[in-house]
Amino acid sequence: MIHSLFLINSAGDIFLEKHWKSVVSRSVCDYFFEAQERATEAENVPPVISTPHHYLLSVYRHKIFFVAVIQTEVPPLFVIEFLHRVVDTFQDYFGVCSEPVLKDNVVVVYEVLEEMLDNGFPLATESNILKELIKPPTILRTVVNTITGSTNVGDQLPTGQLSVVPWRRTGVKYTNNEAYFDVIEEIDAIIDKSGSTVTAEIQGVIDACVKLTGMPDLTLSFMNPRLLDDVSFHPCVRFKRWESERILSFIPPDGNFRLLSYHVSAQNLVAIPVYVKHNISFRDSSSLGRFEITVGPKQTMGKSIEGVTVSSQMPRGVLSMNLTPSQGTHTFDPVTKMLSWDVGKINPQKLPSLKGTVSLQAGASKPDENPTINLQFKIQQLAISGLKVNRLDMYGEKYKPFKGIKYMTKAGKFQVRT
Amino acid sequence: MTDSKYFTTTKKGEIFELKAELNSDKKEKKKEAVKKVIASMTVGKDVSALFPDVVNCMQTDNLELKKLVYLYLMNYAKSQPDMAIMAVNTFVKDCEDPNPLIRALAVRTMGCIRVDKITEYLCEPLRKCLKDEDPYVRKTAAVCVAKLHDINAQLVEDQGFLDTLKDLISDSNPMVVANAVAALSEIAESHPSSNLLDLNPQSINKLLTALNECTEWGQIFILDCLANYTPKDDREAQSICERVTPRLSHANSAVVLSAVKVLMKFMEMLSKDLDYYGTLLKKLAPPLVTLLSAEPELQYVALRNINLIVQKRPEILKHEMKVFFVKYNDPIYVKLEKLDIMIRLASQANIAQVLAELKEYATEVDVDFVRKAVRAIGRCAIKVEQSAERCVSTLLDLIQTKVNYVVQEAIVVIKDIFRKYPNKYESVIATLCENLDSLDEPEARAAMIWIVGEYAERIDNADELLESFLEGFHDESTQVQLQLLTAIVKLFLKKPTETQELVQQVLSLATQDSDNPDLRDRGYIYWRLLSTDPVAAKEVVLAEKPLISEETDLIEPTLLDELICYIGTLASVYHKPPSAFVEGGRGVVHKSLPPRTASSESTESPETAPAGAPPGEQLDVIPTQGDLLGDLLNLDLGPPVSGPPLATSSVQMGAVDLLGSGLDSLMGDEPEGIGASNFVSPPAAAVPANLGAPMGSGLSDLFDLTSGVGTLSGSYVAPKAVWLPAMKAKGLEISGTFTRQVGSISMDLQLTNKALQVMTDFAIQFNRNSFGLAPAAPLQVHAPLSPNQTVEISLPLNTVGSVMKMEPLNNLQVAVKNNIDVFYFSTLYPLHILFVEDGKMDRQMFLATWKDIPNENEAQFQIRDCPLNAEAVSSRLQSSNIFTIAKRNVEGQDMLYQSLKLTNGIWVLAELRIQPGNPSFMDLELSLKCRAPEVSQHVYQAYETILKN
Repeated sequence: MIHSLFLINSAGDIFLEKHWKSVVSRSVCDYFFEAQERATEAENVPPVISTPHHYLLSVYRHKIFFVAVIQTEVPPLFVIEFLHRVVDTFQDYFGVCSEPVLKDNVVVVYEVLEEMLDNGFPLATESNILKELIKPPTILRTVVNTITGSTNVGDQLPTGQLSVVPWRRTGVKYTNNEAYFDVIEEIDAIIDKSGSTVTAEIQGVIDACVKLTGMPDLTLSFMNPRLLDDVSFHPCVRFKRWESERILSFIPPDGNFRLLSYHVSAQNLVAIPVYVKHNISFRDSSSLGRFEITVGPKQTMGKSIEGVTVSSQMPRGVLSMNLTPSQGTHTFDPVTKMLSWDVGKINPQKLPSLKGTVSLQAGASKPDENPTINLQFKIQQLAISGLKVNRLDMYGEKYKPFKGIKYMTKAGKFQVRT
Repeated sequence: MTDSKYFTTTKKGEIFELKAELNSDKKEKKKEAVKKVIASMTVGKDVSALFPDVVNCMQTDNLELKKLVYLYLMNYAKSQPDMAIMAVNTFVKDCEDPNPLIRALAVRTMGCIRVDKITEYLCEPLRKCLKDEDPYVRKTAAVCVAKLHDINAQLVEDQGFLDTLKDLISDSNPMVVANAVAALSEIAESHPSSNLLDLNPQSINKLLTALNECTEWGQIFILDCLANYTPKDDREAQSICERVTPRLSHANSAVVLSAVKVLMKFMEMLSKDLDYYGTLLKKLAPPLVTLLSAEPELQYVALRNINLIVQKRPEILKHEMKVFFVKYNDPIYVKLEKLDIMIRLASQANIAQVLAELKEYATEVDVDFVRKAVRAIGRCAIKVEQSAERCVSTLLDLIQTKVNYVVQEAIVVIKDIFRKYPNKYESVIATLCENLDSLDEPEARAAMIWIVGEYAERIDNADELLESFLEGFHDESTQVQLQLLTAIVKLFLKKPTETQELVQQVLSLATQDSDNPDLRDRGYIYWRLLSTDPVAAKEVVLAEKPLISEETDLIEPTLLDELICYIGTLASVYHKPPSAFVEGGRGVVHKSLPPRTASSESTESPETAPAGAPPGEQLDVIPTQGDLLGDLLNLDLGPPVSGPPLATSSVQMGAVDLLGSGLDSLMGDEPEGIGASNFVSPPAAAVPANLGAPMGSGLSDLFDLTSGVGTLSGSYVAPKAVWLPAMKAKGLEISGTFTRQVGSISMDLQLTNKALQVMTDFAIQFNRNSFGLAPAAPLQVHAPLSPNQTVEISLPLNTVGSVMKMEPLNNLQVAVKNNIDVFYFSTLYPLHILFVEDGKMDRQMFLATWKDIPNENEAQFQIRDCPLNAEAVSSRLQSSNIFTIAKRNVEGQDMLYQSLKLTNGIWVLAELRIQPGNPSFMDLELSLKCRAPEVSQHVYQAYETILKN
């Protein structure tokens, strides 16, 4: 199982180590540094590295490498999933997960890590249980603790730890009972030069924020549940009920959680809400190239497209760009060669465009690679797959909760080739 | 106020200050001090000097302080064992605390203190905690057993903790069950033989129930444990699959992959006719696709596993090609894996899309990725015949880009395409030649030279082109040198009149000026060939080449099956069995897929491994260069040329005086005669007498040596030896031997009655033995055996008896009964009676297996004074079912590559080096590789017996 954990910042310093079995010398990280050196960018460091006596499994998040050391055959996904969970927990505890924050809270970090694993076996990874064991630091609590000498470690066994519903604690009380659900869909797509779709898929999630008193039992049904044929559920969802009736029935965790994530793949014909017209050309002879991009709406079901940003990695030979946008602002970083254009909202009557010239290094030959355009956008009140919630009911409690459903579509990895 | 204040130091010296604070009377100050100590510890500072002071803080009601002290103890107890004893009392007391949280904390911490002296005190509290009324304490105690086992395994066994742990599998709380399974699995891993997780239908049922209710991590432990179970029939397999399937929708990808492992394994047992089989196949695809939308690290592991799944069951993902398309901001390790899977899924139906994608990738920025994409285009051409034309034109487009590394990769793959579709795309050669100057990588240069040599007759200036390479001959890498040598010889044979000078030049460069033995050898071989018989040379060098196979890097089927059992583990990421890399290799048990034991008999043959060449073609197909074959035969320096090894054995060897007479006889004596008459004579001309061996088609002949050798039926039979002397058996003398004929083993017995009374009622029985030998029929002695009478009996044997490892391995204990008494004797059987008739391994498989077996398993033996030559050795061995797969000649020594299979399915691979000793006797050097190295010694004895008699 998981032997040790090292946290390494992007400068290559180990700023925290934790061992759950015997102590493993930090020199084991030298193998990691070697791999890090070989990879050009931090994102490209391979997640599994073998050393003569150990295996190093790492994830890279928030500019920190979380490196787990294992010694025996352990499912690597188990370790990587766990590491991601550690990051999520830190984020949950401290708001942000960064080196200074972790250093500021090193004792809490240490206590949390100790609580999450025992001898390398996961112990408590649900954040609501952890928070009962070790209270997250708040300014108020720190002040109170210093005055009264009380601690931020709970001395009661968390109630959820062993119940059939480990994700929910008992005795939850709210004056306003509310349950909100966000249906968020991200479109991953690759569009080729001519504008036709190479691949497109939708990654959808339903995130919930449930603040309900007692032990409510909820059911959520959809207008068109057939869309959901590839789903992953939060453990609270009763799978049998879904299989037979296509209804989500569950006792919700308290607070924020991800109820379900789903995947709608290319076969179901994913609608593409935007198009990009582009004309980027470099000529062999001259050191000037032409650049023109127009963004427009397409299949948006009458909703408007907001928060549009366009970014593109320009070829290395590009020296500068002289562009004029019809709306929004644009920047070109001559070092990283990254062009970004913050478009904002698309007005279908007057399509936003960015036009101008590209100047290349004098004497350099025409670049080999074509820049790929990366698109970000948001569409409020629309789930592009067409998914719609039919109704939400609550059983087991007497009061009447506020209910709310919100839909949103976003671009995930949305790429247009030129 | 943040914890960073704990890192600030003062002038007086940190340790000193901390010590004072730790001993302070104020609780709050104490706690702050301990926090400072912990903070120093986390960044790797040594604060072990404070041990006694910190331990003094342990007796407290403050839970946070207690936890902090425990954290400190775990880190430093090992370096201060004597001091750590001081803590024991508090631990024992805490284990009795009314608060379950404190009980659990105490038992948890105690297990982490890796000090022998403390572990003794741990046993009693642990025993109590394992039976604690609170499940939280029980589940913590279960893990503690695993910790303790790691420190002192003997103690755990003596104290009976393992049995208690096994009982916890039936616990009412699913979390306790999951932790017990996890602890047992970890212990079992270090004791593979201990049979700790003895799974039966009842315990499986309990696990499946717990599976639905425990945490995600517990589900992983339980699923991994389930995967080790072998259901008794397909019904049980199906019912387990049905209960595991819901896990495919779990949000935790590790749970999903573990579930996939269980399903992939148990699916093997299901009949394909079942409706359920089809349903299950359909259910597997979506979760695998979903894994690809997770974080890149998870994607990577998932992709490595999908690579295995696609090879085993391509039908699962055949419609999902698009999800493997590469996004430009994927990390490089994800990109390369996706590309690999794309090629595996490429088929006629989707090839157009795939090619369009690959072409797109070939213009990306990352050099490694671009190279792999270009290679992938070539692989598509070879794999999907209909697409070859489109692939070639795509490659040509890419060459036009003039991007240096793209051009070089393209040329390398075009060479492979020429090998697969000869005489089809030669029109592109002109374009290739234009780029000659830009090639600076050895592989690309070698490929280009090969193309020029192979198609010398169609390239007008082939001689000039090759000559230009010759200028810097000694600066080239070996690969290029060898290729150049071969290409020029080809050219000479095709256009003898204009290129004599060139060939002379290259031969002298290769043989006289080079220090590389490979190059020299090849040079001499060509030289002798050309000087002895140019017609033969032509037939050898310009022989028709075998086609290359479509898929080059498939995993060997047996290894693939093993890896399927390891889905989701490190083994699946490295595509190696755990025995090959897990630390210490603590006797890792080989896992295998369960056989299909359908209760409803299905006639369908088990599914063969995906793709691969159809069996009929195999003899003509050799893998592309750089692959296994090349490695073994050392031809990996270039695409295999037609067979130099054959040539040497058939050409009369001159004296050592080759250097002198070589060129003369090749060129000198009759300058005008050679080119015109000899070389150009059509291949149909009579083959000169000194070309003894048939020269058909180069390599394929080389690999089919056995077909030429008469197959004798039956292996070597040793003379009968006395097994049971009359003195020891009240007058019954038994002598005998073992034979193997056409697949059946028998024990030839000679029973002699040396007593004075008639013997009747014979019966025979074998003790359990290493290979399960057992009599296939009762011992039939028809008439009573009168005094001084001898009877000969052949007792048929089979190998389905029960198995027990014997020492020595080939020991057989026999009991013979007659009307007088029961007699026991033991004998050793020669191992070759166990060599089965289908022990001829496919070449590729041989090469893959040879590489795959670790070197520690290799055993070397000497066989001295063998009176046979290579031919005779090979045929003699073949009659005993040791099959020669390949033969080559290295520095005058014949090397034979052989395989054999034992009745229990163990493969043994052999490399036999024949060293000419004195004229009539040879010394043989035998290297054996086998996954079960203990048989090697006996195989060697079998070799010796067969060869010397």
